Amino acid sequence: MSGVESNATAAPAIRLADIHKSFGPVLANRGASLEVARGEIHALVGENGAGKSTLMRVLSGMYAAESGVMEVNGRDAAGWSTAAAIDAGVGMVHQHFMLVPTLTVAENVTLGRELTKNGQLDRHRAEREVAELSRATGLAVRPERLVADLSVGEAQRVEILKTLYRGAKILILDEPTAVLSPPEIAELWQVLRQMRARGETIVLITHKLDEVMEISDAITVMRHGRTVGHLNTSETTPAEIAKAMVGRDVQLAMNYLAEQRPAERTDSGHVTESTPLLEVRNLVVNDVRRLTAVDAVSFGIAAGEILGIAGVEGNGQTELLEALAGLREVRGGTIEIARRDVTPLSVKERGDAGLSHIPEDRHARGLILDYSIAENLILGQQHRFTRGVRLDNERIQENARVQIDAFDIRPPDASVPARALSGGNQQKIVIAREMSRAFQVLLAAQPTRGVDVGAIEFIHARLREARDAGKAILLVSADLAEILALSDRIAVMYGGKFATVMPRSQASEEVLGPYMTGATSGRGHAA
Amino acid sequence: MIIIAFLVQTLRIAIPYLFAAIGGVVSERSGLIAIGLEGYMLSGAFCGALASYYSGSAWVGLLGAMAGGIAVALLYAVTVIRFRADQVVVGIAINLLVIGATRFFLRLAFHSSANSPRVPGFGAEQSGTGVGALAHNPLIWWGIFAVPLMSWSLYRTPIGLWIRAVGEHPAAASSVGIRVNRVRYVAAAWSGMFAGLGGAYLALDQHQFSAEMTAGRGFIALAAVIFGRWDPFRAALACLLFAAAETLQIQLQGAQIIPSQFVEMIPYVLTIVALAGVVGRAVPPAALGKVAE
Amino acid sequence: MSTTSTTDTTTSHRVVTVAASAARRAALEEAILPAIVALLVAAIVGDILILSFGQNPGTVYRLLLEGTWGNAYGLGQVLYKATTLSFTGLAVAVGLRAGLFNIGAESQLAAGGFAAAMVGLILPSGLPALVTLPVYLVAAAIGGGVVGGIPGVLKARFGAHEVITTIMLNFVVLALLNYFVAAHMRVADSLHTAEIHAGALPPLSAFVSGFHGSAANVVILVALLAAIVTGWFLFRTRRGFELRATGLQPLAAEYGGVDVRSVWWRAMALSGALAGMGGLNYVLGYKHYYEDAFASGAGFLGIAVAIVGRNHPLGVVLAALVFATMSQGGLAVNAVVPKQMVDVLQAVVIIAVAASVPEVRRMLRRGR
Repeated sequence: MSGVESNATAAPAIRLADIHKSFGPVLANRGASLEVARGEIHALVGENGAGKSTLMRVLSGMYAAESGVMEVNGRDAAGWSTAAAIDAGVGMVHQHFMLVPTLTVAENVTLGRELTKNGQLDRHRAEREVAELSRATGLAVRPERLVADLSVGEAQRVEILKTLYRGAKILILDEPTAVLSPPEIAELWQVLRQMRARGETIVLITHKLDEVMEISDAITVMRHGRTVGHLNTSETTPAEIAKAMVGRDVQLAMNYLAEQRPAERTDSGHVTESTPLLEVRNLVVNDVRRLTAVDAVSFGIAAGEILGIAGVEGNGQTELLEALAGLREVRGGTIEIARRDVTPLSVKERGDAGLSHIPEDRHARGLILDYSIAENLILGQQHRFTRGVRLDNERIQENARVQIDAFDIRPPDASVPARALSGGNQQKIVIAREMSRAFQVLLAAQPTRGVDVGAIEFIHARLREARDAGKAILLVSADLAEILALSDRIAVMYGGKFATVMPRSQASEEVLGPYMTGATSGRGHAA
Repeated sequence: MIIIAFLVQTLRIAIPYLFAAIGGVVSERSGLIAIGLEGYMLSGAFCGALASYYSGSAWVGLLGAMAGGIAVALLYAVTVIRFRADQVVVGIAINLLVIGATRFFLRLAFHSSANSPRVPGFGAEQSGTGVGALAHNPLIWWGIFAVPLMSWSLYRTPIGLWIRAVGEHPAAASSVGIRVNRVRYVAAAWSGMFAGLGGAYLALDQHQFSAEMTAGRGFIALAAVIFGRWDPFRAALACLLFAAAETLQIQLQGAQIIPSQFVEMIPYVLTIVALAGVVGRAVPPAALGKVAE
Repeated sequence: MSTTSTTDTTTSHRVVTVAASAARRAALEEAILPAIVALLVAAIVGDILILSFGQNPGTVYRLLLEGTWGNAYGLGQVLYKATTLSFTGLAVAVGLRAGLFNIGAESQLAAGGFAAAMVGLILPSGLPALVTLPVYLVAAAIGGGVVGGIPGVLKARFGAHEVITTIMLNFVVLALLNYFVAAHMRVADSLHTAEIHAGALPPLSAFVSGFHGSAANVVILVALLAAIVTGWFLFRTRRGFELRATGLQPLAAEYGGVDVRSVWWRAMALSGALAGMGGLNYVLGYKHYYEDAFASGAGFLGIAVAIVGRNHPLGVVLAALVFATMSQGGLAVNAVVPKQMVDVLQAVVIIAVAASVPEVRRMLRRGR
């Protein structure tokens, strides 16, 4: 028995090898692996959609992998349930909190492990135990409060308490800092270091490299569902990690840089002085929780200019674009398109005023998946394709023929539902539609997300063409290489504000990075 | 004296609502829409009468009623959980099914599509309006007791906590190892059991099953669930309020002050007003009507 | 996902084209398979019920068919019942196309019939049907449309869930109509209004004598026209495009410049108007008076008709015929087995379709 014990001690805390997991046609993990030693803080990094969260959900028992080896402390854990994972000391803090808002902190922490006395919930003991745990770990939160009333930072503490209460020795955190303010982040690091000191193991899912460098001991890099690298933090640099994260796309980024060097555009100086086509003044917008997401942002974009907004997701970019498009209420400030105030106008009226919009989420917003390609190619302009009250099917079909041809949409059959197309071809429908309408201002949010390489180059070429044709383009992308490749000016959004705005010629990953993490407060630092 | 008679009659009218509403609360708190309450009640009434008739004991009738309610509620639960059918569609269909099936089997068992023969029940058929009448029917006391029992179960026991968690955020419940679907099946069975007892009250009080004898009471109970904001005590108060309005209307029948139809509308109008949020919006459990995953 | 980039262009092209036609075939299978499953399940349940009554299923089914499609009277009754069900089915289908569940067709049907009857009692007698029919249609549409529009507005304005508000409104409206008839306008010893003499809508037996005695009347032509117009509206007009977009993906519709809230209340009003027009069938086509509680479940069966007809006007008309056949068939077999057997079977069909649609969809998606 003691032999097994010692054997287990020698084994890594986590060993995952060749994990495969798919969702219908989407292969989320295709040969992913991860090895984490006991008592280390391990960063699992990769771009959006690299399969990090899926792999960790497999480990925490939420998903069952189709194949692969999974061992925890040397014991086979393949295909276990969430309950078994919890029993074995594996706890996960999800990006979207797994908390029941209508229950109290103590109820959430003890959920599934309720303390009872004579078959009845022992509320006082639960609150006492949670309070004790809260004190011991430094995760301050009052056990009797309703979760619905907590701030995001407090809710996250409850999530961590929940896993610790269940005796987690292996804690998985999925993008824990995405929703936290800098002081809250510092507190979190403090808690994680204490846990490490107690010999507990932590896996941190993130794509923020400054965090990785600050807190982790070792790093595993994932790309397209596979594990592509294992590094020791002390022996690596952010550039090396970034290269591993984006892989071939770094080459691609080099290609876009080679395609065109915006710094050479001599006219960019005078362009910004001419009248902007899009003028935003002191825009204030709330997020879904009615908290300020865009905080008095002002900017203009001239004809023939691309303004790129870089930044970590969740810093107000989504709300900014939705407000500009008319999809989210504006709390304060004005939006003008070609000197016309469009702030009170509806989505449709803004479209008629010359606004075009490639939305961030094509599945939820940009396409009606059960509509045909032809129908999707007129979405938002249906009032222009009419004859009386009727839709003019001839013109709709003709439009589809032209766009399918011009944008090489496959299959070239206008009657096929958008659902049946690949991600790249779906995005081409959106791009074709938004770029073929009469417009002056284009909002392009994550225009190449989840799109394959060939389509990326194609989409970039179309955006440049539009810019050269005198359109004003606002580009939001989580891909810094894309921002650098396309923009004439670059703004970095952090905490609902523009942390900086600079011409492309002054920007580089190194310069922008600190602004993205909020590390540079104020100005002057960059140059 | 008049006041006592009023209270007694209110209570007698309220009991079937109470049972069904208690069942509705537990069902909806777990995420299952309780449109089928009417069907559970009717099935309970029929099976209760049948069991009472063949066994000669009203107590066995109660067992039959619970079984009848549970069976229909579980049929609903299986189709919407296992087969992910739309809850509203199946809920409506369940009601149609039970109306048809009870009439069919009524004819099969008793050769009448309207009424069963007299069955053993509780109390005298024409029990008066005095307090004494209450003592004869144990279901009145069960019904009153069911309210704190359900409240205690929901707020003070682990299974109640799970039911509330599952109806509000199933993914969160599942992430801590709670079997979401299993909890919902339990909640469905409870709702069928309570609603079935509500039906049994009708049949055993009248010593007879008659076709469609629930006459929309399941929907009044559903209204009480919503008006009572998915809480057992508040739903019970809503039931009493609705029953008091009915009693008032019955007692004032000769007087013709308010037409009976307007009294009938009260529960439904109040529920619509509550949903529209004129006086503090009624917010349903977040996962109501949504299947797990 | 990555076929285009990994394989050479010609083969990948063929692959996607094949996938596309497979997708279309799957859509058709998705529409038809659940109905087949449902009929099979209903047949099995039917057998059990018939056998439990000590009868021969074959004999009963034959009797059922003979009593419906086997003679002109039976067929006339089927057509009559299918007329009302087509209207309520279309009503529910239009709502579902907009993503809204209208459970209120029952009271909208009644309100439509009531409104038409009120107009009919005012109109001078002797007006020809060609003049009165449009007036009746408008009155019925307004009656049903108002009752349907209220929950639509409550949803658009306050976010009140239409399932509950339509259920509750059913009881309110039916009680209100009952009050009007019972307290103010009934003929002694009945629960119906006086007879309407203005522009009686002719029965079908006026054109085909075989239908004599059946309730079938010209409103069936209006029902067919309503199905065609509804189909045209949903699939050929801009408003229909926007309505369906709202039902499929409200966020995408909003992005596409659609005022989602206004679609909600308009769709509910339109749904109510369609159900309301169904009231003509009984009130002006058959009885020539408004009778309390005439809807007797036709509104609820409209839900079944829409679900089984997959919210397509053609499917709705076919499903209405199926459900009407069952209803009428119940009467035809009542001497042998209780007619309530068909009530059970109708419910079984609804449950089986509702339960097999997601299953079939998943099967087909996995298969690809």
